[in-house]
Amino acid sequence: MEQYSSKVMEHFAQPHNVGEIPDADGVGTVGNPVCGDVMRLYIKVKDNFITDAKFKTFGCGAAIATSSMVTDMVKGKSIEDALKISNAAVAEALGGLPKVKMHCSVLAEEALKSALNDYYKKKGIPSPVQMPVESGHEHEME
Amino acid sequence: MRKVYLDHAATTPVHPKVLEAMLPYFSVKFGNPSNLHDVGREAKNAIEEARSKTAALIGAKPDEIFFTSSGAEANNFAMKGLVQANNQKGNHIIVSQIEHFSVLHPVKTLEKSGFKVTYINTDKTGLVDPTDVAKAITKDTILVSIMHANNEIGTIEPIEEISKVTREKGILLHTDAVASAGWIPVDVLTLGVDALSLSGHQFYGPKGAGALYVRKGVRIKPQIEGGVQEDGRRAGTEDVPAIVGLGKAAELAATDILNRKKYVSALRDQLQQGLTDRIDHLVINGHPTKRLPHNLNVSMWYVEGESMLLFLNMQGISVSSGSACTSRALKSSHVLVCIGTDAAVANGTLLLSLGTGNSKEDIDYVVETLPPIVQRLREMSPLYEDMIKKTK
Repeated sequence: MEQYSSKVMEHFAQPHNVGEIPDADGVGTVGNPVCGDVMRLYIKVKDNFITDAKFKTFGCGAAIATSSMVTDMVKGKSIEDALKISNAAVAEALGGLPKVKMHCSVLAEEALKSALNDYYKKKGIPSPVQMPVESGHEHEME
Repeated sequence: MRKVYLDHAATTPVHPKVLEAMLPYFSVKFGNPSNLHDVGREAKNAIEEARSKTAALIGAKPDEIFFTSSGAEANNFAMKGLVQANNQKGNHIIVSQIEHFSVLHPVKTLEKSGFKVTYINTDKTGLVDPTDVAKAITKDTILVSIMHANNEIGTIEPIEEISKVTREKGILLHTDAVASAGWIPVDVLTLGVDALSLSGHQFYGPKGAGALYVRKGVRIKPQIEGGVQEDGRRAGTEDVPAIVGLGKAAELAATDILNRKKYVSALRDQLQQGLTDRIDHLVINGHPTKRLPHNLNVSMWYVEGESMLLFLNMQGISVSSGSACTSRALKSSHVLVCIGTDAAVANGTLLLSLGTGNSKEDIDYVVETLPPIVQRLREMSPLYEDMIKKTK
């Protein structure tokens, strides 16, 4: 396998935003333990802005690093801007990912969108969230 | 920081005595063994001496040893060469599901070209039942290949019993002894096999040298053609230094094998006990007793293998993981799947393989270092969180 970038190793070794938000406004869990990664992302929303984000991830180095990065990226963003975060942007912010690990960045995007979806659902607003088409995972967790 | 190498199943360091034996054959005794002059004879004598030593390790005769570039080549040679030389007798092959890919993939190729293949299942410890082999045999069976010991979970297969079945029916039996040769006694006559693969770098020889034993009188079709080397069975100028190294490694293994086995199995037991005592939700894979002495394959629930591997690496410890995430197909090990390991825990697998260079202190260090890593990753794992909530 290709080497991880130093940025990936940094976020893997000392991940940011690990944990739970007990009173989260949106929670999304994606992935499958059978495939090797499961991400759970929590967001706190105030006045249409994401004020906090935390995650729990079961997965490889890239899965933990992308979780750390996507939670960093989303904090302080408006819901609309958060929806624009793509897997490619997460991978790029990490200085790139090995080809076989690109699915981890897809999972990070999915986790974020799933959390936003949950936020809309809780608010009772029809969700504008479109889940990424290209997923590395065939099955989603319940 | 302490450095602990626990990945001897991937490769071993070249033993200093092996390196010393190899060195003259790069530039001083550089001859081509096919040449009749003195420079060539010197190289020829060296590979013949290596052949005798390699034969002695497995109780074979020197002219039954064919050098290859690797264990994988030896396995490919055996599968394709034995089948192609014996296809007038039938078109059916039997292998186990847990064979190395260097057996399974050539068999797949043969299957695509029209041969029939039966893939034998194992029990939960990875053991093949000889009666399953007997049941799978048809009038068209020409070759059975069951590995001597599995490279991932270390389970040692009952080859002696399987050979009773194949001998009685006059069917060829190959065994892949790449993981076992040099670590436990291997004797081709006791095992009753017609062909056997081994690899030098698995037991302190260099990379680039393997061997296939083919019992005298058994026909095999060359897979690399165009030269008289290896009695016409494998063309190409011999890698003399690597072959000399394999011979020396075989000689060292043969004289020391029982000590080696005792030494590494004591360390392995210490490691297994230490980890079992300190980490809960842990599964030991493979057979509890019929297992390679230097192998420990463990799965831990709610954590992923590659993450453990990376954190261990930061602490100077080298291991292998059986995680799906490192494979393009996101599939976990076919061996763990076959023995029925839950797919979710299979991704939390580490293969720790020991060697003679490891010390008791090394094992203490690993036993001290791994549990906090597992705990840290579990605290980060949504699966662990779910499990805790469920049990509450």
